[in-house]
Amino acid sequence: MKEAFRLPSPAGRPIRFVFDGVAYQGREGDTLATALLANGVHLVGRSYKYHRPRGILSAGPEEPNALVAVHRGPGRMTPNLRATQVELYEGLEATSQNRWPSLALDVGVVNDLASRFFSAGFYYKTFMGPKAAGTALWTKVFEPIVRQAAGLGERPHDPDPDRYAQFHAHCDVLVCGGGPAGIAAALVAGRAGKDVILCDEQAAFGGSLLHETTALIDGKPARDWLADALSDLAGRTNVRLLARTQAFGYYAQNFVALSERVADHRPAGSSAVRERLWQVRANKVVIATGAIERPLVFPGNDRPGVMLAEAARCYLNRYGVKVGARVVIATAHDSAYRVARDLMAAGVDVAAIADCRAVVPESVLEMAQAAGLRVIRAATVAGTRGRLRITAAGLSSVVDGVVASPEWIACDCLLMSGGWTPSVHLHSQSRGKVVWNDDRQMYLPGVPVQDEQSAGACRGLFGLGDVLMDGLSAGARAAGLSGQPRPVTVCGDSGTEGGILGRLPWRHDLAGPSFVDFQNDVKADDIDLAVQEGMRSIEHIKRYTTTGMATDQGKTSNLNALAIAAGRLGKTIPEVGLTTFRQPYTPVTFGAFAGASRGELFDPVRKTPIHRWASEYGAVFEDVGLWKRARYFPRPGEDMHAAVDRECRQARLSAGLFDASTLGKIEVVGPDAARFLERMYTNSLAKLEPGRCRYGLMLNEAGFVMDDGIIARLAADRFHVTTTTGGAARVLNHMEDYLQTEFTDLRVWLTSTTEQWAVIAVQGPRARDILQPLVEGFDIARQAMPHMSVREGTVCGIPARVMRVSFTGELGYEINVPADFGRAVWDAVWAAGRSHDAVAYGTEAMHVLRAEKGYIIVGQETDGTVTPDDLGLTWAIGKAKPDFVGKRSLVRPDMLARDRKQLVGLLTDTPGTVLEEGAQITAPAHPKIGDAALGFVTSSYTSPVLGRSIALALVAAGRSRKGERLHVPMPGGALAVTVVDPVFFDPEGDRVHG
Amino acid sequence: MLLIHCPYCQMDRPETEFRNGGEAHVARPADPMAASDDEWAGFLYYRSNPRGLHAERWRHTHGCGRFFNCLRDTVSDRIVTTYKAGTMRPVPAPEAL
Repeated sequence: MKEAFRLPSPAGRPIRFVFDGVAYQGREGDTLATALLANGVHLVGRSYKYHRPRGILSAGPEEPNALVAVHRGPGRMTPNLRATQVELYEGLEATSQNRWPSLALDVGVVNDLASRFFSAGFYYKTFMGPKAAGTALWTKVFEPIVRQAAGLGERPHDPDPDRYAQFHAHCDVLVCGGGPAGIAAALVAGRAGKDVILCDEQAAFGGSLLHETTALIDGKPARDWLADALSDLAGRTNVRLLARTQAFGYYAQNFVALSERVADHRPAGSSAVRERLWQVRANKVVIATGAIERPLVFPGNDRPGVMLAEAARCYLNRYGVKVGARVVIATAHDSAYRVARDLMAAGVDVAAIADCRAVVPESVLEMAQAAGLRVIRAATVAGTRGRLRITAAGLSSVVDGVVASPEWIACDCLLMSGGWTPSVHLHSQSRGKVVWNDDRQMYLPGVPVQDEQSAGACRGLFGLGDVLMDGLSAGARAAGLSGQPRPVTVCGDSGTEGGILGRLPWRHDLAGPSFVDFQNDVKADDIDLAVQEGMRSIEHIKRYTTTGMATDQGKTSNLNALAIAAGRLGKTIPEVGLTTFRQPYTPVTFGAFAGASRGELFDPVRKTPIHRWASEYGAVFEDVGLWKRARYFPRPGEDMHAAVDRECRQARLSAGLFDASTLGKIEVVGPDAARFLERMYTNSLAKLEPGRCRYGLMLNEAGFVMDDGIIARLAADRFHVTTTTGGAARVLNHMEDYLQTEFTDLRVWLTSTTEQWAVIAVQGPRARDILQPLVEGFDIARQAMPHMSVREGTVCGIPARVMRVSFTGELGYEINVPADFGRAVWDAVWAAGRSHDAVAYGTEAMHVLRAEKGYIIVGQETDGTVTPDDLGLTWAIGKAKPDFVGKRSLVRPDMLARDRKQLVGLLTDTPGTVLEEGAQITAPAHPKIGDAALGFVTSSYTSPVLGRSIALALVAAGRSRKGERLHVPMPGGALAVTVVDPVFFDPEGDRVHG
Repeated sequence: MLLIHCPYCQMDRPETEFRNGGEAHVARPADPMAASDDEWAGFLYYRSNPRGLHAERWRHTHGCGRFFNCLRDTVSDRIVTTYKAGTMRPVPAPEAL
């Protein structure tokens, strides 16, 4: 029968949905949980470790059991959603999780039978494994089985097709939680004209007012008062109402993160955006997050049909759903009595109410008596029966700590209330302390650290009148109003008290698993065991048992776990401590955090002015930082090896063109520019003439190489400095740091010009011939413009700075032209080059050409622990300079040690063998385990000009080992190598002067 | 995300515009070569790492580009004040703490 548990004449229109392949009918306004309960379905999942049948426990975001996967088409499967929050729409398709082959018949339930092996610390005890024999067995056999069996939902496999937005917002008052306290606060602040944001996790605002049927507020039924209040708020332009929006994180300076579900309550594809991440900076925050009802801890408290009491009232009064036909209630709190009253009024058979308290307030008992409720005082639940649904509850009285033999009462639902836990999460995340209130046995918000206040149930107020007044006062304070807000009058809600923490009294002959943390399958016994095995701090107990570590972060379990641990340790709860309330309050999708930063928008892409030419010419690109650089230019039929081989040979034979635009460039200007650079670079620069260039080596203060480049002096007070491609921003920051904070007396200005200049390198014996006809305004003849000089003039009529520099060991020039002209000049140089058989070469050939010459690349031959001397670059140090950054460090004892790793060349015995970069180097072919390596390979290539492989390496005392044979142990056997000078080609260096 | 007051721009700007530059008021010795190995190591590597108020450098990297100093509480992550580079570490008023 459709919706057998729905009250007659339901409001919403019917909606069809599918759960685990079965079609059901629900109602508009339902959640998946309410719709299933309306159809009498309690069994919705299997538990994490033991695969025990589990039902719906709660009616809110604290739900630990009813986790489902919702399927909304390809890429739109979301696992681990709480059925209590999933809003129903036409055609919704959901499945249960962690069961095979089906929910009712789950093979994994053998874990339950073996549960004594899965006790506290199971993971620590077993996954460590016996060291020798067991490890392989564990990683190959047991661990996959256990991992398969344990767990929650599956991850989605397809890319997420949805879009996610991110909003930044500012407001005077942010109210987190749209229950009575939050609405009251928003009303006051809104009426005072403040810019207010009110957010609530649910589709409808109102919180507990949405299922309040008896109370009157200012003489009106609660729901009418709510409707009026919401229409008041909605009519104000200064109030933003964000429904379906969870305040999930409270960060520094009243920065609160909200996650808004925009699309998931409608069929897929009906909204442009799925979720919005709100980053709100609020002047004042009102936290009105309510309280969460606590389960009772007794044997068999996890059977489907065992629910939190107030959830049943919510389902009944708000959704018109009866959670069962015959209900037993177990409680330690007054609030469950109004649950019983409302259920009875709706025709549900409430068989008995077992109150754990010996003393129950008279007013409560009178109400029970008037309703004809059977009350058992000083009672406990000794056990439950039933497999896929509870069939009976065993209620016992407790006398002097002795639990009597139970009376078994048939039921299809057991409602429980251990009292209420204020939701202090946001207050705690804001770094406010929470304070234990011993009288009320609850943690309450302490003194605020940020500009926030808690209002209502989240600070322990449970009477509706108190809650509303507290919300009004909080709103007034947040709005800066001095007077007291006009009080509201509430009838029919006298407030409730009570509560119990920890495990109920139990009988040893009826022992069964008493669950504390439902989602992570942690039992009271596990916490006992953890204490018995020596855990003392709640942080240790938590990690050992995993209590509170599931996706619900222990919203329903933490206090019970604490109380059990405290009882075992003979300490008070505050002595045992409290674990941290971490963000997010409920899980947030990765999509919301990523926002638009996906795919092409994940990172900016930097392209040079010559990029399009390279692309048209067939370049294969590589990522260098954010830059796209042409790696090589394959001709038809060529692979990378063939292309690089051709590019290298031709560059040395005639010439090669290379796009060097990505080089970092800094214009250093000012009367003290030379003095400044003298201090920033190791080199002597004071006497560098205008028109000349020098290789520049930059150290950090610790004496390690951090960058290198060319320093070109254009005038007495102007330098054009280049940096490595990846180091540009770092070098400028480093220079600015010293200029602003150490060498403040120097008159120097620094400007990043990286993107202002396109750089075309022309390298090779024919470079001058290519360039000659294009140059005007200066003489590039061999003598007139020697190696390491710079000239300003025009190239192809475009103002240019031309440097005669070489990173190939060949005669070479680097033409700098304004970026907008880069492509045009490249085209002209390329056309000129073609008549001299020039090639275009990419970064791969550039690497090979420079390695043949033993030129280092910072970041490849260096790793932040390499000194100039290690690289054989002491010639680049101005010895006479009194100071430069890093100078003092170069004479620290460790920097002078003889066994420092030094740059050398390596030649393999077999010329065709190319070593792996990063491979370790040892003296013997078969080093003993534990012996340190002598060094490692930093660069390794096939050298076309030498017709064999070459490698650069850092090797301990390497320069003294020339001619020595060493080994590179590899999985296939050690490779024998000979230590040589790092300059493999043209060691005399004649070619650059060609 | 912190809001940081740039003493040059005279504006509160989000943390993502800034970069932390380590402890402030660690002066580079005027004549490094005259420093002993221990003194130099102290300058390079030893920092106060306090629990509580910490004077540290920040740079408004994606703003004016200036380095400035900041007093931040390392326990609460609260910034008590920011001040220009080259000025003395201020003594915050008790009510600012």
